[in-house]
Amino acid sequence: MNSITIDALNLYYRELNFKIKEAVRKEGIKKVIIKNARGQRFIGTGLKEKDVEIIIESGVPGNDLAMFMDGPTVKVFGNAQDGVGNTMNNGKVFIHGDAGDVICYGMRNGKIFIKGNVGYRVGIHMKEYKDMIPSIVVGGKAGDFFGEYMAGGIGVVLGLNNDDKPIVGRYCATGMHGGVIYIRTEKVPTYLGKEVKVFELNESDKEKLKSLIEEFCQEFKEYKAEDILKSRFIKLIPVSKRPYGRLYSPGNHFPLPEENYFSNKKIDIEKKYY
Amino acid sequence: MKFTFSLKPENFIIERDDERCIRCGACVQQCAYNAHYYLEEKDKVLGINHNCVGDGRCVAICPTNAIRIKQAENPYRPNYNWTKERMMDLYEQAENGTVLLVGMGAPTPHPVYWDKIVLNASQVTNPSIDPLREPMEVKTFLGSKPDKIEVVFDKNHKPEIKTRITPQLELEVPIMFAAMSFGAISLNACKSLAKAASEMGTFWNTGEGGLHKDLYKYGKNTIVQVASGRFGVHVDYLKAGAAVEIKIGQGAKPGIGGHLPGEKVNHEISVTRAMPEGSDAISPAPHHDIYSIEDLRQLIYSIKEATDYEKPVFVKISAVHNVAAIASGIVRAGADAVVIDGIRGGTGAAPKIIRDNVGIPIELAIAVVDERLRKEGIRNHASLIAAGGFRNSADVIKAIALGADAVYIGTAALMTLGCHVCGMCYKGICNWGIATQRDDLTKRLNPEIGAERAKNLLKGWKHEIQEMLGAMGINSIGSLRGNRLNLRAVDIHEPYLSILGIKPAGA
Repeated sequence: MNSITIDALNLYYRELNFKIKEAVRKEGIKKVIIKNARGQRFIGTGLKEKDVEIIIESGVPGNDLAMFMDGPTVKVFGNAQDGVGNTMNNGKVFIHGDAGDVICYGMRNGKIFIKGNVGYRVGIHMKEYKDMIPSIVVGGKAGDFFGEYMAGGIGVVLGLNNDDKPIVGRYCATGMHGGVIYIRTEKVPTYLGKEVKVFELNESDKEKLKSLIEEFCQEFKEYKAEDILKSRFIKLIPVSKRPYGRLYSPGNHFPLPEENYFSNKKIDIEKKYY
Repeated sequence: MKFTFSLKPENFIIERDDERCIRCGACVQQCAYNAHYYLEEKDKVLGINHNCVGDGRCVAICPTNAIRIKQAENPYRPNYNWTKERMMDLYEQAENGTVLLVGMGAPTPHPVYWDKIVLNASQVTNPSIDPLREPMEVKTFLGSKPDKIEVVFDKNHKPEIKTRITPQLELEVPIMFAAMSFGAISLNACKSLAKAASEMGTFWNTGEGGLHKDLYKYGKNTIVQVASGRFGVHVDYLKAGAAVEIKIGQGAKPGIGGHLPGEKVNHEISVTRAMPEGSDAISPAPHHDIYSIEDLRQLIYSIKEATDYEKPVFVKISAVHNVAAIASGIVRAGADAVVIDGIRGGTGAAPKIIRDNVGIPIELAIAVVDERLRKEGIRNHASLIAAGGFRNSADVIKAIALGADAVYIGTAALMTLGCHVCGMCYKGICNWGIATQRDDLTKRLNPEIGAERAKNLLKGWKHEIQEMLGAMGINSIGSLRGNRLNLRAVDIHEPYLSILGIKPAGA
């Protein structure tokens, strides 16, 4: 496989991304290895080439890694910053470390696997349409507002590390109106969004979870899928696809006279109108 | 049984000339609000005043002109404070404890400064120009302009511009169609506007609804929007348009998000937005990746990266108290154009209380933003686009003289398609086939005819703008931009005079 190694030290993000795009689009390179990433933003942004791999070997990529990405695979051997997979359309991201806030905002499809912890508002407003089902698996723990406004997709939090933080922060799943969240925990997290209810996993849930966790463990070899799957999970799903349906006034409705909008009694049309 | 304190009094009275009525049933069939019905045993067509929203569909469609719609009087004791509307709203909320929804721009009596600003004309001391006989340039370029242009000569002494010019939008007329999503309006309405824009050499805006597959062909006249819900946003969508607009706010509902109710999310909309049918389409109030000007810069540049720096990026905000400082931040964040939507800006659905009470008039916003950007020496870094209730070409030209580069028209554009500003957009059963997704209603709007009418409006306004420019003795719209000496105020007092930066008439 043809590959290229870019030393990102002292490269401005625009130069670095230009180099990546040139390599992938013009030279047909399938594997881009980046050394010494120094917080350069937008790596992999808008790339559409399906079989391309971007590997960040050392250093930390900047915000909005893989934003609007549509196909490639990105691997980070270290931590990542905010906005990983922002509005991502397809592809895979593996982070061998922690990641920051607002991971996979508005993500439409593809998979994100993070070995460590994530910050606030992760999985916010993920979408789903037919077979486009985005998913995120967090190996560590998640901050507040996990899965906020979630409209679709799958969010998984495994909590595999041993710090004493709660597995998800406060207000998990607030405003959620689609998709599903699986959390590996014995007890229900506090301050759950009032739009969701807690359920036990059924067979199809277990299948979905199994394939995601197997993929997770394939990348992060220190974990064994069987061990993780033995633990107890809870499932969060929204009670309504229309969380705010009743917030607004129905306003006028426009009944025909037979429907009788003056009282519940049937009125005599003749009497009323003549 | 539910007990109600008050019946809703009717807003309109349907008068029917029984002599003229031929019982064709057109009004019965056409009114989605059920304001007409046919009573078979009496062979009569009758009206239900309560259902009438005053959108003029029946009046327009009646083949014998038999229908008159009149405004109903206030049945209650007249009271300046407790008007009929306020009482009705209150009764409704007493019944169901909800937020009142409305459509269209605010009808509130906030002053319309356009009406108090007059234009100049040439008399004796300089000649006016007749646009019918002489060239009159109204072409406008939107985008960031360089501080200086470096020209080099090659060995054949041919000049060449060395400065890299960032991407620009070229407008044949400084009027564009405002962001209205497929969802808020029908596909036929989108098609009408897209076609009109591409034929007139201007632009239409997708709103936050993605780009329907039938509309990709109008791509080079399309501004694609990225809003907080990120509906239908992907690389191909960003690249399909001529420019990308980040929507932060909307004049009708500054600071709040949008909810497209699940019942409007039909198959086509669910495909375009890539979301399940029947699910609420919720746009959060903020973009959750933008909590600061620095974050905005990040989103602007992520879009530029994704589009390979080939498209200008606009940022749309609603006109609020600190609009000048915010606009300055937006320009410094790297936006190629700032769009400002004033308090009279329209909407498909917004809480009434927000629409009528939040934001500032667009006239004041244009004036302060232009002034601030000039003072900071960054006015050339971004274009300024104004929106919010533009009614005619005079409003447009006054906005340009105050400092705008171009304007967006929304309500005015829909009116060319038949909209009668009844304000029922949020009900989703628009009789004119505009603010609805019901097949039997949307087919009433023929996109070919719609495009022709929208085009006619732009043609008429373009010509009027040329006439007004000619009268002022100016032959290019660029010479009028920010040229406030051509404006005078009638009956505007301090401090608004100095905010607008114009002299009182006579001075």
